[in-house]
Amino acid sequence: MEMTVQISIDGRAVTVAAGDNLLRACLSLGYDLPYFCWHPALGSVGACRQCAVKQIHGDGDRRSGRIVMACMTPVAEGMRIAIADPEARAFRAGVIEWLMTNHPHDCPVCPEGGECHLQDMTVMTGHVRRRYRFTKRTFRNQYLGPFLQHEMNRCIACYRCVRFYRDYAGGRDFDVFATHRDVYFGRHADGVLDSEFAGNLAEICPTGVFTDKPLETDYARKWDLRGAPSLCVHCGLGCNTTVNARAGRLRRVLNRYHPAVNGYFLCDRGRFGHGFTTSGQRLRAPLLRGRPVPPDQALARISDILAQGTAIGIGSPRASLEANFALRHLVGPANFHLGLPAAEARQMAAIRRITAGPVTIAPISEAERADAVLVLGEDLPNTAPRLALALRQAVREGSFVFAETLGIPRWHEAAVRTAAQPVRSPLIVATPAATRLDDVAARAARLAPDDIARLGFAIAHALDGGAPAVPGLPADLAALAEDAARALAEAHRPLVVTGTGCASSAVIEAAANITLALHRRGRPGARFHPVVPACNSQGLALMGGRSLDDALAALAAGTAETLIALETDLYRCAAAADVDTALAAARHVIVLDQVRTPTTDRADIILPAAAFAEADGTLVSNEGRAQRFVQAFVPAGAIRESWRWLRDAGIAAGRPDFAGWTGLDEVTAACAHHLPDMAAIVGAAPPASFRIAGARIAREPSRTSGRTALAAEISVHEAKPPDDPDTPLAFTMEGYYGPMPPALLPYAWAPGWNSVQAINKFQQEVGGDLLGGPPGCRLIEPRPDATASYGGGVPAAFAARAGQWLIVPMHEVFGSDELSRLAPAVAERVPAPYLALADGDAARLGLGEGDAVILELAGASLSLTARIGLGLPGGLAGLFPALPALPAWGIVAKGSALA
Amino acid sequence: MRERPLTRNIRPGRPPPDLAATLRVGGYQAARRALTRMDPAAVIAEVAASGLRGRGGAGFPTGRKWSLLPKAEDRRPRVLVVNADEMEPGTFKDRLLLEGDPHQIIEGALISAFAIGAGTATIFLRAEYTLAAQALAAAIAEAEAGGWLGRDILGSGFSLELRLHVSAGRYICGEETALLSSLEGRRAIPRAKPPYPAASGLWGDPTVVNNVETIANVPHIVANGAEWFRGLARGADGGTKIYGASGRVKRPGAWELPMGTTIREIVEDHAGGMRAGYRLRGLLPGGASTDFLLAEHLDVAMDFASVEKAGSRLGTGTMIILDDRTCPVAMVHNLERFFARESCGWCTPCRDGLPWVERILAAIEAGDGQPDDLALLAWHTQALGPGRTFCAHAPGAMEPLQSGLKHFRADFERHIAEGGCPWK
Repeated sequence: MEMTVQISIDGRAVTVAAGDNLLRACLSLGYDLPYFCWHPALGSVGACRQCAVKQIHGDGDRRSGRIVMACMTPVAEGMRIAIADPEARAFRAGVIEWLMTNHPHDCPVCPEGGECHLQDMTVMTGHVRRRYRFTKRTFRNQYLGPFLQHEMNRCIACYRCVRFYRDYAGGRDFDVFATHRDVYFGRHADGVLDSEFAGNLAEICPTGVFTDKPLETDYARKWDLRGAPSLCVHCGLGCNTTVNARAGRLRRVLNRYHPAVNGYFLCDRGRFGHGFTTSGQRLRAPLLRGRPVPPDQALARISDILAQGTAIGIGSPRASLEANFALRHLVGPANFHLGLPAAEARQMAAIRRITAGPVTIAPISEAERADAVLVLGEDLPNTAPRLALALRQAVREGSFVFAETLGIPRWHEAAVRTAAQPVRSPLIVATPAATRLDDVAARAARLAPDDIARLGFAIAHALDGGAPAVPGLPADLAALAEDAARALAEAHRPLVVTGTGCASSAVIEAAANITLALHRRGRPGARFHPVVPACNSQGLALMGGRSLDDALAALAAGTAETLIALETDLYRCAAAADVDTALAAARHVIVLDQVRTPTTDRADIILPAAAFAEADGTLVSNEGRAQRFVQAFVPAGAIRESWRWLRDAGIAAGRPDFAGWTGLDEVTAACAHHLPDMAAIVGAAPPASFRIAGARIAREPSRTSGRTALAAEISVHEAKPPDDPDTPLAFTMEGYYGPMPPALLPYAWAPGWNSVQAINKFQQEVGGDLLGGPPGCRLIEPRPDATASYGGGVPAAFAARAGQWLIVPMHEVFGSDELSRLAPAVAERVPAPYLALADGDAARLGLGEGDAVILELAGASLSLTARIGLGLPGGLAGLFPALPALPAWGIVAKGSALA
Repeated sequence: MRERPLTRNIRPGRPPPDLAATLRVGGYQAARRALTRMDPAAVIAEVAASGLRGRGGAGFPTGRKWSLLPKAEDRRPRVLVVNADEMEPGTFKDRLLLEGDPHQIIEGALISAFAIGAGTATIFLRAEYTLAAQALAAAIAEAEAGGWLGRDILGSGFSLELRLHVSAGRYICGEETALLSSLEGRRAIPRAKPPYPAASGLWGDPTVVNNVETIANVPHIVANGAEWFRGLARGADGGTKIYGASGRVKRPGAWELPMGTTIREIVEDHAGGMRAGYRLRGLLPGGASTDFLLAEHLDVAMDFASVEKAGSRLGTGTMIILDDRTCPVAMVHNLERFFARESCGWCTPCRDGLPWVERILAAIEAGDGQPDDLALLAWHTQALGPGRTFCAHAPGAMEPLQSGLKHFRADFERHIAEGGCPWK
């Protein structure tokens, strides 16, 4: 049980968590105490002096007290505090007055206006009259890349940005420069911010210094933006987001706090990838052989086709459970195939064997508190960035424990960092190429996938002699295995992270042995985290289906006439020649997707599918958490949710079982009914019939303006708002807003709290659990009684081949994800296709960084640029963008030699 | 003859004594005594008994500071830092010691490091003290060659690596925790206390930061005993003190005198009194960040308690004298311009409050003062007070302002009423 102490605030006796700081305690109790430099994820540093309160001594009256900074003051039994004390109030107003001596008061033209923490805090302190009559300091702003706008004159020097970017996220190309009131927060020179977490500055900054640049090209005020709780669809982590739309366009994505998943932060792929929804690649109307047709005509045609012969379906790891289930239901379970490369399907099956075992999958929040971490084969900053950010914090775990021995509390951020400088919890990273986590890793090994697997098997054997041994392991790897095993065995909360990133089932099998060995050694705190490629990879794996190869073979052999491909580009899943053959043989190709792909280019019928913000559905994340995303707006034209298209196709084909699917809930329920592993998904969020005080929840803030003006060029009469049969939310400002189940929260706001920090008011404790519990439900829980046994598939050591290279996939946070790379802002960050080579190999080939290089792979010739310095072992080469058939052997030559 | 242990080897205008000369006059004998015949606890006890208080300005008892280090069970290495970042306006006492007798500082550092069990010590030197840097570097090289630094000194088993670090030049580096941040290669921003450096200092290790003059006293305490040291002073605080005076006195300078010498003696006997045509109107007794005292305080003894009783602080003990032909508003403005510029930029009140104060003072001095300005200045003296800012920089900056407003209020009011500076 948590220890508590009694303190008094403004004469009222309250109970607070022992060991907490006074600011967090006050905010958690609901007091409005202003602050800037403190952030629940960044701790206390005492810089801004905004949270001053009076601490009263003994039994004395107010006059005997002294001003203290709440964020730097530990709570103590019997402590007496006055927030309302006139001297403290005057000082807090004074702090705002000082900040305002330089702030430009440009709220009307500032994109932060209306959701500005500085505005909120200014009003909270009561400072209204300016007495400063001298000049303000001014700065030159910097170009920081496609994601963030920089406006330094607004800066109030709270230091949050630099603390997040450098201390928390490990970025190096951003800092604070100069001194006194000239302190400047930016880069050493104009340039693109390196860190894939830079976008968080738009939320971390309490005012408008760093703002969402893509939003500014299609801007609306927060109070004019309609919101909905959504999920990031750009990797498997399931980060919770708030999506904002107006006038039928998705404008931006914000972080939505989830205590177990993303906390306060997103990566930039997740924050800015939404631009694909408005990109030129977007599909907006049904197409019949390239010709736009009305939906009914497309559906009638599909109905004809379905009557003609066997149809097979290919489901998608980036489509919702409901969409996949609708397809599975339409074509029948025997004809439902998984839209995954064959190798990936094998890796997902290997992951499934671990998650069916006795070890718990760590949510990100637990990964963040792991005290020893082993990463096998996964380039996390590029494949699961938010998890990489969590592991960067896990490395600090030991330092908090050490600081505690000096009496320094966990929240005393700067003091912990000073006191525990040399103390790090072990992080061991084994990957083919360098990762952006290596700088905090105790050990980073560069190995071929088979050698990563061998290392993993050896670690398992070192932990438990019953696990199979690895013959012929070189001494350096054997020593690393011993060190890693010791680090994991000595930890209270060891964590093993692996995934599909290096395209090796053996690596996953090795990780399975390690988790099992930790379990057998009696480590109840041991955790596992599988990194999978797409937002619903886990859901699709749980659903199950036949392999993609089966589908292609059936089409090629003519045993199936019709293909229905759901949100899948087959060319990303199988060799182009095989896809070409299958599509040429198919009599009918029907594709549902959001964007044009090489597969839609080969389709007879294309149905435009709703993107995440335009649809509702359920996704299952890496950790097996089923979570619901909610539609923000009804898209223009004929775009519909994929499950609705498929339902309508079923109805058009005369299938009575589809007629009952009037809303999402019926589809979700049918899915849960047919698939026992999914039984819990109906509880991922409240059903469409859910009401609070008899009302739906309003997606729009009560101050939303311009309802009749938005479409005034068409009609000045206000159109009837669309109904929502799928969720308990209303598309307008009419409805309920207040305490609610967090899975439904359309935006965060509370009286006096207009910025993102209004989320304080929806948490049980600031930075802790959400009121109403964590959204979503975990579908994959450990089975302590599971009879797991060690896998024995230890591969042979990697052997380089003369004149050939083993080509392994390289991942890029900006570029590897199919959809986000279409967002214009993200596209600016996508690197040119490259081949990463070992430095020695490049030297032998006469290649330098950026030189042209030719890769001959599976009969194709790819023109790429060479990248070196990534530490790859000799004989291995990394390809970006990756191809579905990797790893495979290829031939590398200098560009000019073949050109 | 008056004893002046700290400056006995200093010959103004002549190079400092080298190692051989130092040894000839008994240098390093205290270190020999400490390392070969005393244990660290005995050294700390002797220093504690001597009543030595920190000479950097705050006056914290040195023996107590040393005994705050963690117990021996704490296995972390200990660190000694000698604060030679003398940047207080009007203060030049450490410079005298650094340039004039660097071996005395090395011997003091050696004994202090032995007392606290530090294997490394760093002298953090003000950037502009190039003569001191040369003298210290030469003396450290001599001491290393002579076996007074390095491994197993005098066969005692005690080893000390002494480093000289020359600052990049910020006033705030004189604040001991900002100094530590700077030494680590970080921005020179003070640290929140607690934890104090004794618990978590340089690189997080237990650390003692002592001022140059403090360190210089240590060999003499060890050599002659606490009783002798107490006897040097006139009051409760032990030892001698290097006092200084600047302003329109006949002989500005610095003198080693018994702790507790009165202001009058320092000004009239040692500085030779005011120059012809000038009258003493006030003085900052211990550097720029101390409150003004007035002519009526001339008989106050310059020790910690007496100066505090008179309404100011002993500070560094080097006084700046305001005469009757200098504008006090301009003087305060000059000081506040310095403090505003030297703010590290970390906390709001200091970063944004000091420039406001400076601009108000500039406006008053330029004839653009407004009636409400004095109230605004007075508000700042409260709002930038101790506990409200992150460190002592801004509260120190407010000391001459708050006392200036009190003692010279008529001058401020005249500036505003007459729309300009009456001295111009």
